[in-house]
Amino acid sequence: MAHETPGHDNPDHAHEHPTWKQYRWVALILTVITALEVWAYYVPKLVASPFFVPLLLIMSAVKFIIVVMFYMHLKYDHRLFRALFTGPLAIAMATLIGLLFLLARTGAEMRG
Amino acid sequence: MAQTAAETHAPTQHHYTTTGLDNRKVAIWMFIGSECMLFASLISTYLIYKGKSLVGPLPHEAWTNPQTGQTFPAILDIPVTSVSTFVLLMSSFSMVMALAAIEARVRPRPSNPGFWWKVENSSKLWLLMTCLMGATFLGFQAYEFTSFVHEGLTIRKNLFGSSFFTLTGFHGAHVTAGVIWLGTLLAIDMKRGLQPKDAVWVDIAALYWHFVDVVWIAIFTLVYLIQ
Repeated sequence: MAHETPGHDNPDHAHEHPTWKQYRWVALILTVITALEVWAYYVPKLVASPFFVPLLLIMSAVKFIIVVMFYMHLKYDHRLFRALFTGPLAIAMATLIGLLFLLARTGAEMRG
Repeated sequence: MAQTAAETHAPTQHHYTTTGLDNRKVAIWMFIGSECMLFASLISTYLIYKGKSLVGPLPHEAWTNPQTGQTFPAILDIPVTSVSTFVLLMSSFSMVMALAAIEARVRPRPSNPGFWWKVENSSKLWLLMTCLMGATFLGFQAYEFTSFVHEGLTIRKNLFGSSFFTLTGFHGAHVTAGVIWLGTLLAIDMKRGLQPKDAVWVDIAALYWHFVDVVWIAIFTLVYLIQ
């Protein structure tokens, strides 16, 4: 049973929020993914494999998205809020990736 | 006249914008957007300096000082940080439960509410749990920082120390602000009881708290787990 956010007739509160049961499921999923991340850290073969970093990044991204969508209600909220979050996040990610590529390249060039 | 002014600023008043959205929520989302860029810059700095420290202690591998022969073990304590990460994740769960409990107060109370109904609808309990878990996370961070200093890693020791303490210190400061914020909400709830009309204030605090949580999700993976 999804309960609406009552007491607010303004548009940003007129959406459904997840139910308590869904919140518990989300908490369980977050716990399981965190446990998997820590487990992966202690498996030497996995750490040495080229899949280790992408695997951790994917698991982290899944946790990030789940919290943002369900706990921060972005899945249910007004699209302006989505734009206010994803716009700066995209700029931040692009800056981060750009800096890493730029400085990794500069470092490689400096080394020879 | 004074009465009119008081009515104008009554707590039930909504703060609409021309978009039809509550301007307090627009403001917190804009703030969170700017915080994304702040933490991206801090994480970028950490990653750029990663592996470039000339002296130890180092995060994932032991380091021996060639002059003194002293060996410093890998400094990150993954089991302890895993527990603190779990605590922070669960604090997000208790935060959404607090908000849901306040929003649910417009529904009629059952004539004979059971124990679990009372637990699920107790905003005080969930806010208190969120505060306690936030404080526990800060306790773990204080323990970690103290042990690092005892093991020879300070903010001035090497590039890892500088970027690590800056990044996690900024995050810790945000958690501290969040705990204080939630503490004030808990105090208001204790004093007069938070009502559905106050839900937007709790929602704003919750958004901030969840943002602090998602930042830690990124830090835990990028700083602690990826070697």
